[in-house]
Amino acid sequence: MSVVGQSLERVEDLSLLRGDGRFADDLAEPPGCVHAAFLRAPVAHAVIESIDTSRASALAGVAAVITGQDIQAETRPFLSGVKVDAPQFALAVDRVRYVGEPVAIVVAEDRYKAEDALDLIEVRYRTLPVVVDPEEAAGVAAPILHEGAGGNVLHERLFRYGEPEAAFSNAAHVVETTVRYPRNSCTPIETFAVLAEHRPGEGAFEVTANFQGPYTLHTVMARALNVPGNRLRLKTPPDSGGSFGVKQAVFPYVVALSVAAKLSGRPVKWVEDRLEHLAGATSATNRVTTIRAALDGDGRITALDYDQLEDCGAYLRAPEPATIYRMHGNMTGAYAVPNLAIRNRVVVTNKTPTGLMRGFGGPQVYFALERVVDLAAGKLGLDPMEVRRRNLVPGSAMPFTTTPGAILDSGDYPATMARAEREGGLEELKRRRDAARAEGRLYGIGCAAVVEPSISNMGYITTLLTPQQRERAGAKNGALATATVSFDPSGAAVVNVSSVPQGQGHRTVLAQVVADELGIDPKDVAAATDHDTLKDPWSIASGNYSSRFAGAVAGAAALAARRIAGRLKAIAAPDLNVPVEDVELSGGFARSTLNPDNAIPLARVAAKAHWSPLSIPEEAGAGLRETAFWAGPELREPDPADRVNSSGAYGFIFDYCGVEVDPLDGSVRIDKYVTAHDAGRLLNPALADGQIRGGFAHGLGAALLEELSYAPDGSFQAGTFADYCAPYATDMPELVILHDQSPSPFTPTGAKGLGEGNCMSTPVCIANAVADAIGKPVETLPLTRPRILELLGEEEPADPSPPRPSLETPSGEGHALVGNGSATAPAAPEEVWATLLDLDHLAALVPGCHSLDLVGENHYRMDATLGAGPVKGRFTADVALSDLDPPRALRLSGSASGPLGTATGSGEIRLTGVEGGTRVDYAYSVLISGKVAAVGGRLLDGAARGVIGIVFKRLAGAAKPEIAPGLRARLPRWLGGRP
Amino acid sequence: MKPAGFDLACPDTVAEALEVLTEHGGDARILAGGQSLAAMLNMRLATPKVLVDISGLGELSSIAEARGMIEVGAAVTQDQLLRWPGLPAQPLLAQVLPWVGHYQTRQRGTVCGSLAHGDPSSELPLALALLGGEVVLASRRGRRTVTAAAFQTGMMQTAMAEDEMIVAARFPVAGKGAASAFAEVGPRRGDFAIVAIAAVADDSGVTLGIGGVADTPAVRHLQWLNDEGLADALNAIAWDLRAGSDVHASAQYRRTLVRNLGAKVIREARDALSQG
Repeated sequence: MSVVGQSLERVEDLSLLRGDGRFADDLAEPPGCVHAAFLRAPVAHAVIESIDTSRASALAGVAAVITGQDIQAETRPFLSGVKVDAPQFALAVDRVRYVGEPVAIVVAEDRYKAEDALDLIEVRYRTLPVVVDPEEAAGVAAPILHEGAGGNVLHERLFRYGEPEAAFSNAAHVVETTVRYPRNSCTPIETFAVLAEHRPGEGAFEVTANFQGPYTLHTVMARALNVPGNRLRLKTPPDSGGSFGVKQAVFPYVVALSVAAKLSGRPVKWVEDRLEHLAGATSATNRVTTIRAALDGDGRITALDYDQLEDCGAYLRAPEPATIYRMHGNMTGAYAVPNLAIRNRVVVTNKTPTGLMRGFGGPQVYFALERVVDLAAGKLGLDPMEVRRRNLVPGSAMPFTTTPGAILDSGDYPATMARAEREGGLEELKRRRDAARAEGRLYGIGCAAVVEPSISNMGYITTLLTPQQRERAGAKNGALATATVSFDPSGAAVVNVSSVPQGQGHRTVLAQVVADELGIDPKDVAAATDHDTLKDPWSIASGNYSSRFAGAVAGAAALAARRIAGRLKAIAAPDLNVPVEDVELSGGFARSTLNPDNAIPLARVAAKAHWSPLSIPEEAGAGLRETAFWAGPELREPDPADRVNSSGAYGFIFDYCGVEVDPLDGSVRIDKYVTAHDAGRLLNPALADGQIRGGFAHGLGAALLEELSYAPDGSFQAGTFADYCAPYATDMPELVILHDQSPSPFTPTGAKGLGEGNCMSTPVCIANAVADAIGKPVETLPLTRPRILELLGEEEPADPSPPRPSLETPSGEGHALVGNGSATAPAAPEEVWATLLDLDHLAALVPGCHSLDLVGENHYRMDATLGAGPVKGRFTADVALSDLDPPRALRLSGSASGPLGTATGSGEIRLTGVEGGTRVDYAYSVLISGKVAAVGGRLLDGAARGVIGIVFKRLAGAAKPEIAPGLRARLPRWLGGRP
Repeated sequence: MKPAGFDLACPDTVAEALEVLTEHGGDARILAGGQSLAAMLNMRLATPKVLVDISGLGELSSIAEARGMIEVGAAVTQDQLLRWPGLPAQPLLAQVLPWVGHYQTRQRGTVCGSLAHGDPSSELPLALALLGGEVVLASRRGRRTVTAAAFQTGMMQTAMAEDEMIVAARFPVAGKGAASAFAEVGPRRGDFAIVAIAAVADDSGVTLGIGGVADTPAVRHLQWLNDEGLADALNAIAWDLRAGSDVHASAQYRRTLVRNLGAKVIREARDALSQG
């Protein structure tokens, strides 16, 4: 009986549960190993005027300090998919373009000392205008990130399939929406880890990193390091704490730390911390999509028109701009749509570069497509499920080539949908909705139908080139997967793949697949998944991405095992005294199919091959080891009409859910969630369900909670898991999971990928349900509680006693910390004025001021320790006074910087003589960036208010001034000075 | 994310802890559960030169009811108080404690540590302020008791002098004929509250404690009013607290929660009151 298709327990778990996992950080450190820490940009866009590393280098225990200049001398810029003059290195060179961009590396005896030294590096930044919004970045007035590129739109292409213009002009109905998919990330629990060594004798680098592929990037890294591929030995550890695409983005650090190892002459280890990860690792692309759908009178979609604006962050980092092309063959979704127009634009902004992420391009496309289908249903007065039913690709059409070229391989989408409705209990769900609505509750049902691609065609990215450019460049195609199976003298098998698993259970499934082919127990198969580019087979398509394991990698393992099986049969046939065609392998024996009692243990067959290679038939060959490559024969390069079969297999998902929105606080409760999949043959149903639950958790986070937020000044605001809100286990509803199994005719196992699908279907399914519940369109995610109340749009009761400040609070830029206040000082306006302009007096007013110097006319430099409670940081501030109107008014403006971050701001002070003294009115606006903004956003407003409040309290004599050492105290008596 | 260097003092008695505080003053910081402080240390937001670990001090480990107060020692964890058999004497604490962080953080996080930290969205300072509790401070100079209202002076700021530490907090037991309710909204359950509101009601009216909006917990007393009067009063409070905006929520959302959650906890407290 086949073990493929059974829910075997994971062979990985015993070690993991016992704490015996071998993760990147667990591997032994070589003697002399030093530890790295990165200095990162606190501002989103600036010229690096100078970097002074002398104090850091002088600190005891520091082995080396490396800056962008070193990196520029030692490496070449990274290759990217688009040829534009926008060079990028592993450290910022001359200019920073996003908060968190690496600026320098310190390597020291331990991480603590390395971080101590970071605080001693002095970088002078000259800030530049910032753009974080993709639409703004694409506009003519935007600050340019890469002058050589001539603008921020680094790629644009138009695509046209069929006759979209005619379809729109003949349409009975046209619906349109513009949606904005946010920046989010899958945030694996294990962050990046790299151990880099340089072998000067061999001119080679040897690196262990928790890299996940694709191994196209090995070429990118080796080229950056100026070495042939065989001089960059890249090893990956046996276990992983998750990746979801994210660990593709460790590659710039492999290069940076290889250089650090070379320049310091020491092995260098680095483990990324959570703040670094959230701020600087990578993210999904945020995308603005305007989508139009043309429909006939019956609700059939006759054409789609996409205008996609993709935000890849500050650099197009390889393999970008792949996100926008991964779905290219699937832009018609699960529907048969004959006409299609697409405009793709890729823009750079002052945010972290994007990269691989579970769902990769799918959530962005389906958020647009499945929203517009719901809008079409509303316009036609049809049930949203009915519109989908009328447009799904029918089962009889399989395999079906979509308008942009994907070959949908198998499935009966309408049947899967019907089964989901029936077995998921749709009618009951509708009754629950009706009952809830009858009580006045906000209850909605939403659905989504998606095609889930897997096994990326290595040529899909070339769709971004024109057919002429592709012709010149030469074809890229296929999706080469490799596996090696060997059979040892004891009759046990070893399988080795270049799939670099990230926790999915590949070893378990490989054992199942190989066991079936060899007719042995899965326990007699050992799977090795740690990888070494110098020793193990691999190719550029290797790695763990695009859900390629079940279809491609497990398929290659089956092919390799099948060859071993053939050879075992050939060896056994003479001993069984039957023709080789009559030999089968089962239960650990080679046996005659005609007489199963005529059998030999496989151990004996194997032993013969190993011990008596001269005694076996010549056609059985020597050495029981086979490496198989599987290329994906249907994965041709894009054709001259830009049609591309962008993936090797395509699953189908139909999801629906019932949600209730609480108008009290805007929270969403998922009452029921049904997800029906057809991912071909299931190799291990329990692992499949685990993948679906995991994908759902990411989709749930994307729908309701997760966003890597940036303020308009480019400051990053989600540097902890208290600010980047991924769902907790307790936020997960129990899912109803259904499976159909229509084997793929194209993959060796009949399996397709299924781990990414719910990242594509779930965000829009929940969005559609919320839209149904609240009766308003949903155009962006995540649907946080405040955003839902905003959408509900209930009018707020007015302030019964609005404040009447004499100075208006500055409006800021909508995100600046703004405030105002008043204090009354027991002195005449002239005296207060004199105090404000006197160095010593002013210094005494500022809490934590260490020194205050006049550096020009009305221009001060201050060194102060500022903060709230125990949170304190030392800042150097430059403050200028302007618009002086003695003794009535003045303006302040300036900036401050320190290890905790940077601040820029301005304020206004007005003095008015009143009975008994002077009323001092003040108003301010402050922007804060860097570490403190990333991890303490929630507290900044109060902290700014606190510090500024103390200054004016002291001015009013209500609080004691602080007389710092080195400052003379010749304060006026009303400020607490000596008479 | 590694802390700057510090010395760790592990005193055996409160007296020894106070010696260290007297010697180092503002350069020292008490470490109890470390659930807020350790994160600040790792991010180098706080860089004290000396940490004084009081988590093992037996003389700070007790919970006792005396003279109408529940006295909680400075080494008592949030979970220990939650599981203390005498807790029903103050139902508000039983309502609030499950919302303090997560099960895991409550095993280490201390009740008095929450008070000393003074996070504006924190539940325990809110409860102490609303109940009119007090904090017992000690230094080499002696002991003094500070009311909750006087203790928390600003965001993460308290009336504690540099040589002082909290040795205990005192929460009044519930009055006869009083009832309480609590509600909180954050991005997820267990997160820092965007708004947290507690109500204590008796025949004379209802007292609200509001966290997460102003820099310190706000306490407001309302006479019993009809629904319309109550809505107006809550709206006036919502505006008066001068809510700010941050990455999680706008000022308007906070005001809305003050109105909506305020009405909810008042209703619940009143219902509990009428059920006796």
